[in-house]
Amino acid sequence: MTRRDLILLGAVAAAILVAPVFASGYVLGILVTTGLYGIATIGLVLLVGLAKQVSLGHAAFYGLGAYVSGLLGTRLGLHPLVTIPLAAAAAGAVAYLVGRPVLRLRGHYLAMATLGLGVVFQVILNEWVDVSRGPSGFSGIASIAVPIPGMTRDGRTLYVIWAVALAILALSLWLVRSRAGRALRAIGDSEIASELLGIGTATWKLRVFALSAAYAGIAGALYAHYVTFLSPQPFGFVFSLELLVMAVVGGIASVWGGMIGAFTIVVLTEVLRRSLPSSLPGASGELELVLFGAALIAMVVVWPTGLAGIAASIGARVTPRLRRAIRPAHG
Amino acid sequence: MTSDLAQYLVTGIALGSIYALVALGFVTVFSVTGAINFAQGEFVMLGAMIAAQLVRAGLPLPLAAVAAVAGAALVGALVHQLGLRQAVGRVSPLGLVMITIGAATAIRGLALLAWGTDPRTLPSFTPGPPLEAAGAVIDRQTVWIVITTAAVLGLVYLLFQRTAVGRALRACAADLVAARLVGIDARRMGLISLVLSGAVGAVGGVALAPITFASYDMGLMLGLKGFVAAVLGGMANAPGAVAGGLILGILEGFATPISSGYKDALAFLVLIGVMLVRPHGLFGGGIGLGRV
Repeated sequence: MTRRDLILLGAVAAAILVAPVFASGYVLGILVTTGLYGIATIGLVLLVGLAKQVSLGHAAFYGLGAYVSGLLGTRLGLHPLVTIPLAAAAAGAVAYLVGRPVLRLRGHYLAMATLGLGVVFQVILNEWVDVSRGPSGFSGIASIAVPIPGMTRDGRTLYVIWAVALAILALSLWLVRSRAGRALRAIGDSEIASELLGIGTATWKLRVFALSAAYAGIAGALYAHYVTFLSPQPFGFVFSLELLVMAVVGGIASVWGGMIGAFTIVVLTEVLRRSLPSSLPGASGELELVLFGAALIAMVVVWPTGLAGIAASIGARVTPRLRRAIRPAHG
Repeated sequence: MTSDLAQYLVTGIALGSIYALVALGFVTVFSVTGAINFAQGEFVMLGAMIAAQLVRAGLPLPLAAVAAVAGAALVGALVHQLGLRQAVGRVSPLGLVMITIGAATAIRGLALLAWGTDPRTLPSFTPGPPLEAAGAVIDRQTVWIVITTAAVLGLVYLLFQRTAVGRALRACAADLVAARLVGIDARRMGLISLVLSGAVGAVGGVALAPITFASYDMGLMLGLKGFVAAVLGGMANAPGAVAGGLILGILEGFATPISSGYKDALAFLVLIGVMLVRPHGLFGGGIGLGRV
């Protein structure tokens, strides 16, 4: 973690802390969603950006986290403080089991395996009615809002979710600069060269995949305790795609990119939804789909480094000029 | 009981034929451009939806079918010109996947804008009472699906084996750099591969629509199934992909009576199983599009 990262983390924490005072419930909802998606997207950034592996089934890990935490809470009466870590562990464990045989292979086998996992997960949620309650879902999940008198539930939930999101951000920023981050970047550049250097490529890829799934599991569990109602519908392939779009738009080479991408897409979706009020009844989000698709293509073709990359290159151009302007004598 | 088995087999072969066409599209584009084209299923959807729309507008079915195939081929060309063309050779395989996922999402969104969520119907090619054979009731359209698929596979085979364009496509699949060195325009071949897979997918859609419904979101699952079929066949192996499609269809046909709900999961369990045991497909690596 660099000094700049610490300053940014502090700024984000301060903004979240004062948000419930100034922002409306609508804006708080957007911030909560950004936090949730951001946690999952950062996991994808680590996986895609560092190890150059794609997951097309991250919605399943998100959903698994949500269902594990929700079901343990409603069925066994366990506290969210217990069930959320269990949800993360469950998502990580499933990823480990799927990834262990698949990641020994070179190439894009993980994309296919996770695609399959996503579909299987949807089918199980819909069919295994005794456990999952089937397509109609279930409610009554405990809320995780911290008890602060005089504050709306949105604001109190915001604190909890962003406390976790900031911790994940900090952990990930540290991780990419650690020995693990260096090993993963080496694997992303060339698996053969990394193996020759003595890096256990399969092991590292497996670890980052499990970690990435655990992030999604945490985000999903927090989501369950935020909406307090679960059904299989939100955890399908489209959500996996959406998370991937967030990672690519934000910038897959940067941890901050994950958060930036999540925020951008959440805000963009809301703006579209409000500016095109029911222009076509019966289906919501037609234009969203078109624009997401177009954005994905445009980002890869024109700006492969994403918004974080654009910000960094602007920063690199502006910073020296600013320094010169502030301290002309040292120029 | 035997008649039941025959029935499942017939259903499976019909489904498998469509998967085979989708898988063939995957293999063609993957071999020539190196991109896994996630928009493949959307071509099937476009074929079905455009044909249904034109028939409703009063066009005779054969004309509507030709227009639908041409339309999907045009969309295939657009996917190449607007996305892949700029990226092939410059962007990582991961980036190529992102581009085709983007294209698939955009096409699905446009279809939703144009046609809404209501499913459409398409009349059978030759309406009439179902046929009976070996105790199985065979819908006439099922026969048409198999005939159409066989005809398309035959035409594609001739294209690859007997024409200059086909030889150039195979050359690109075998070795892109060497193909360029002998003067083959690799970008043009990329364009042709997408046009071809667009048309092949749309034929599948037109043939399938009369026995299911056509809807804007049918492409997702068909694309995924076709992809599984292509992986079963070894991803860069055209005959293998066709065989993979048929195997998957027949497996699903037999799984239907056990649990129709878990049927969709079956394909992916098969996929994961194959990757564990035979990661290069059931038929081993690299027959490609045929030797040059």
